[in-house]
Amino acid sequence: MLSIQNIDVYYGAIHALKGISLDVTEGEIVTLIGANGAGKSTTLRTISGLLKPKSGKIVYEGKEIAGLPAQQIVGMGLSQVPEGRRIFANMTVMENLELGAYLRKDKENLAGDLKNVFAKFPRLEERKAQVAGTLSGGEQQMLAMGRALMSRPRLLLLDEPSMGLAPLLVKEIFSIIKEINEGGTTILLVEQNANMALSIADRAYVLETGRVILSGPAKELAASEEVRKAYLGG
Amino acid sequence: MQALRKQDLLLLGLAVVFYAIVQGLLMADIIGPFWELNIVLVGINIILAASLNLINGFTGQFSIGHAGFMAVGAYVGAVMTVKFSLPFIVALAGGAVAAGILGFLIGLPTLRLSGDYLAIATLGLGEIIRITILNIPYVGGASGFMGIPRLADFTWVFFLTIFTLFFIKNLIRSSHGRACISIRENEIAAETMGIDTTRYKVLAFTIGASFAGLAGTLFSHYFYIAHPASFTFMRSFDILTMVVLGGLGSMTGAVTGAVLLTFISAALASYPEWRMVIYSISLIILMLYRPQGLLGDKEISLSIIKRLTGGDSRAEN
Repeated sequence: MLSIQNIDVYYGAIHALKGISLDVTEGEIVTLIGANGAGKSTTLRTISGLLKPKSGKIVYEGKEIAGLPAQQIVGMGLSQVPEGRRIFANMTVMENLELGAYLRKDKENLAGDLKNVFAKFPRLEERKAQVAGTLSGGEQQMLAMGRALMSRPRLLLLDEPSMGLAPLLVKEIFSIIKEINEGGTTILLVEQNANMALSIADRAYVLETGRVILSGPAKELAASEEVRKAYLGG
Repeated sequence: MQALRKQDLLLLGLAVVFYAIVQGLLMADIIGPFWELNIVLVGINIILAASLNLINGFTGQFSIGHAGFMAVGAYVGAVMTVKFSLPFIVALAGGAVAAGILGFLIGLPTLRLSGDYLAIATLGLGEIIRITILNIPYVGGASGFMGIPRLADFTWVFFLTIFTLFFIKNLIRSSHGRACISIRENEIAAETMGIDTTRYKVLAFTIGASFAGLAGTLFSHYFYIAHPASFTFMRSFDILTMVVLGGLGSMTGAVTGAVLLTFISAALASYPEWRMVIYSISLIILMLYRPQGLLGDKEISLSIIKRLTGGDSRAEN
């Protein structure tokens, strides 16, 4: 579904991604784990068009998308939940969700999708008239995810959904991610919380300073000595 | 939807009543020429403030070159009526379109900048426009473009002000307006929603500039003259002050700011040296105690006015 071949990305003079390659097959949950500054978020931002790679290829559903503007990529069914949630704080929950469906042409199906989002996140329905900035951190993450789902993505990119959330909420968010995947959406997940990420993912890539240093089935990686020591706390 | 349209009609009706009263007072000479001039100026300033608010308040792009676009409208309109003897309405459209085109051309490269950088670029561009005009002898150069017929009057200004307010209000409430506001709220999130942020920034900038051009044409055809000194950065700053004072992102705020500041500076007409002092002090006090502006991003709605007064004073907003 998505294939990245040897991309190099720079922030000015800083060489952030050094020839990263990875693949995501339809129906999978794939996770990118690694320490701060390893290039996880940069990889996602490059895929979604917020950054442009200097070299390399990004092929999504058979089409080269490297360097296309973000709005065109979203239109192809590839949607990103950005890091740190980035909701529209002064708008209501409902308005945030409506903006998620901004590019949808099939407006007649929106009511059904809204119902699905509310079924996954009942809290959002309770608070639909509330200004989004007044939601708790966990609710804002739910809103960011619900908003992305409103665009009916086939591939959903999640950037650190557990960031700054209480352990109980992290569990809830991850079970919802699993649920979204079972509903037929392919997921590429970037996480610091390697334990949680590996527990729901099919496959994983381990990034270190802009390179993929390990990859394989999530279960194998979770069991490997090297990963345990470096990322899972022994 | 029905209720909305009903509210619009009600507002329009109140506007017409307000117009009839003021026009009646003008014709009966109860309102003298000094206050007539200031009422016209209020209208022009409302157009300027509301259009700058579209760029600065709703789309969140900090522009301080609005006087430049106003100048373009003032001069292009004057050239059309004086040199080509075209009807006033054509000149109004011409002034607005010319300023809009310039806004588009300038917006494309500069709106890639953000925050302080955009402010500096627009400030510079406003000055470039003014200095360019200063050096065109065809439009009078440094002595200004004189002999412009007074084709604008209270009626023209009033109805064009109402038109501007309805146009911008409807734009803000449309999905285009929602896209603009989402850029202000969070540009990266807007981009990940699939909103073409550059396109909407340029759109807001172009529309804002063309309304400034419209205000400029009205201005030069009310005051008989277009002079480069009328369009310095102080003018841009005045407009910005109205918007910030009223509340960035509030339509009624922009109107309130324009009305308030125009009348304050009219009241201080006999003490011109104090005008900027009082301006600055009032801004400092406002920023200390109410940094979001008088109205923040809230609107004065009909229901609130009804509750408070029974619906008269600010109804034309």
